[in-house]
Amino acid sequence: MALVTALRRLALVRLRECSRRTAAVTSGAWLTGQRSFTTGTQSLRSDNKVTVNFINRDGEKITVKGSPGDSLLDLVINEDLDFDGFGACEGTLACSTCHLIFDEDVYKSLGRVTDEEMDMLDLAYGLTDTSRLGCQICLTKSLDGIVARVPESVADIRQSKDGSS
Amino acid sequence: RWTTFSICSPKVCIVGSGPAGFYTAQHLIKVDIYERLPVPFGLVRFGVAPDHPEVKNVINTFTLTARNSRCSFYGNVNVGKDVSIEELQQAYHAVVLSYGAEGNRRMGVPGEDLAGVYSAKDFVGWYNGLPSCQELSPDLNCETAVILGQGNVALDVARILLAPTDILKKTDITQPALEALVQSQVRRVLIVGRRGPMQVACTIKEFREMVNLPDTRPEMMADDFEGVKEALKDLPRPRKRLTELMMKTALEIPSEKEQERQSKASRVWAFRFLRSPIEILANPDNSRTVGIRLAVNRLEGSGDGARAVPTGEVEDVTCGLLISSIGYKSLPIDPSVPFDSHKAIVPNNMGRVQHTAGLYCSGWLKTGPTGVIATTMNNSFDTARSVVEDMESGTVDVSAARPGSQSISGLLEERGVKPVTFSNWEKIDSLEMSRGEASGKPREKLLTVEEMLQHLTWTELILYTLKGNPMFFIMDAIINKLLQCKSIQMV
Ligand SMILES: Cc1cc2nc3c(=O)[nH]c(=O)nc-3n(C[C@H](O)[C@H](O)[C@H](O)COP(=O)(O)OP(=O)(O)OC[C@H]3O[C@@H](n4cnc5c(N)ncnc54)[C@H](O)[C@@H]3O)c2cc1C
Ligand SMILES: NC(=O)c1ccc[n+]([C@@H]2O[C@H](COP(=O)([O-])OP(=O)(O)OC[C@H]3O[C@@H](n4cnc5c(N)ncnc54)[C@H](OP(=O)(O)O)[C@@H]3O)[C@@H](O)[C@H]2O)c1
Ligand code: FES
Repeated sequence: MALVTALRRLALVRLRECSRRTAAVTSGAWLTGQRSFTTGTQSLRSDNKVTVNFINRDGEKITVKGSPGDSLLDLVINEDLDFDGFGACEGTLACSTCHLIFDEDVYKSLGRVTDEEMDMLDLAYGLTDTSRLGCQICLTKSLDGIVARVPESVADIRQSKDGSS
Repeated sequence: RWTTFSICSPKVCIVGSGPAGFYTAQHLIKVDIYERLPVPFGLVRFGVAPDHPEVKNVINTFTLTARNSRCSFYGNVNVGKDVSIEELQQAYHAVVLSYGAEGNRRMGVPGEDLAGVYSAKDFVGWYNGLPSCQELSPDLNCETAVILGQGNVALDVARILLAPTDILKKTDITQPALEALVQSQVRRVLIVGRRGPMQVACTIKEFREMVNLPDTRPEMMADDFEGVKEALKDLPRPRKRLTELMMKTALEIPSEKEQERQSKASRVWAFRFLRSPIEILANPDNSRTVGIRLAVNRLEGSGDGARAVPTGEVEDVTCGLLISSIGYKSLPIDPSVPFDSHKAIVPNNMGRVQHTAGLYCSGWLKTGPTGVIATTMNNSFDTARSVVEDMESGTVDVSAARPGSQSISGLLEERGVKPVTFSNWEKIDSLEMSRGEASGKPREKLLTVEEMLQHLTWTELILYTLKGNPMFFIMDAIINKLLQCKSIQMV
């Protein structure tokens, strides 16, 4: 069996289980402070949806639709997008693995960044002036069509520097 | 990104079930994880501060990986003792070492072993329930504590020493630690670094937490920040924001509301810079510490690479508790595995252990004991990628079948070692959570390996006698509940 397919399937299973589980587990006593991932807010009217274009680490564009109020992390989870290691702390502002990069005009339209988000962003790899944490950005109709780039991982950066890949 | 290859089930095992072990496992098709303790997750359970439960959310993903039929967990197996690396190498095509950094750097000064002096590694292990640290019972019967080192672990320790116990009692901190902290006389914590404010190793989120810690006030020294403002503009954003927050804390007059809060605070914390330990001072009968002698340093060079050089001046600080938080350290596991004792890592290239085909490393063992979980995650993904590449390219020969866990299980049985499966861990997990519930905590950890294993033996015994009974499932649930009550009384 091709490993790549198996891995993707594994990851998909994992994410799918993940979104179901988090919805079910939010009342779990020791997960205090965990924000629930929005699920089931799908509206029947698709024109109410917000289109988001993710550019993954391979440079591929993935276009998905989400509901207003969902965060970009919710979207990644609900749509089973396979971005390695994305959202490790499940949206609790404790990991910076949901780092996304935007074009400057989009960045400006995303609204104010809290100190707490900035603090966590400061630990992100490949931090740019237009970086944000995906779990802190809520979709609104005005964000329709935005492009969000998943930054390269350290290994990618190192490899392209070495010219070894 | 993951290249394709088609070989029937290469056998891979991982040593250690911390973040490195689990993030490496996540990308391997079929994998066995060997863990020394009966319980998984390494420093996520035994390092991450109890008042940071959100950081521990990574456990949810690890649990999904472990429950997957492609992954098997063997807890309670001490690799290097119960089974050797060589035996693992014979049983598996690839072995990944992810056993972390279980030692600590030593200050190397006289008096380091006096009573009242602890390594942060042991102190953290104590309040987080690491079985090997439960005898520590640190003496908190003094006014001033000094912490050496200014990394995030130092701030974790400072916060635990100073935080109102009303906050801590709602966390998974151990009951003995909580009781000791309720009785603690510590009112002042000095966090001492050998270099300057622009070289601190902590990050801004953790520093901000100190600033906002209820019932405490900062006592920074304005002089320490002379000339710092001028250097700010050239700093990268993270360092710049952190330095600005420190300067604000040290130099700005707080708002009226903040002044009022500070004036009511009963505990104090402070950073002290440009000070290196030279001797731990003892009381007259040499039985415990009463202070520390520090060398006063100046900086040579600037930025991250600046070096601390002693000026010749010394300073004594009185304290009854001294915690050295100058870093963890990996230890060699087996003479057959290359080890760089200077850097205290296994020398490797992208996770491939030097000169040893089929042997890999990830996590703190690979990089040294720095980096947050996200850093460990990335370097573990890199290692998994190396494993896959090598199997595909034939660097690691996977054409001949290997027995994997089958032969290792045999060896363990011969040696009287009984591995703890992941579902067994989940029994311990639910016991801990229900014990916690009883005292308004998210979890009350079992504190000894014996207690953990005993709970499993009990459960097993009762379930065994019940098998075959049509009421089995109902009884199982009832018995589990009863056992939990019983264990609460037992401890
Ligand atoms: C006190 C402290 C607090 C931290 N807090 C945070 C935080 O809030 N946020 C954050 O992002 N990062 C935090 N970190 C960093 C984070 O914990 C590390 O990045 C990460 O745990 C390293 O993972 P690891 O798997 O390499 O090591 P570990 O987590 O140490 O895992 C190693 C595992 O190997 C096992 N093992 C050891 N020897 C053997 C053996 N012989 N046989 C079998 N198994 C063995 C151990 O029992 C352990 O389970 C903290 C670190 C410390 C020390
Ligand atoms: N909340 C969190 O995210 C969190 C919590 C805990 C830990 N962690 C992570 O875990 C890693 C380990 O943390 P850590 O605090 O153990 O290590 P660290 O960040 O490397 O800090 C070590 C500190 O000890 C000092 N030091 C080292 N050797 C010394 C010596 N011989 N004498 C005096 N001082 C000395 C260092 O100063 P110099 O700079 O001068 O060497 C530094 O201040 C870090 O990456 C940390 O971020 C994260
Ligand atoms: S998911 Fe951890 S910070 Fe966003």
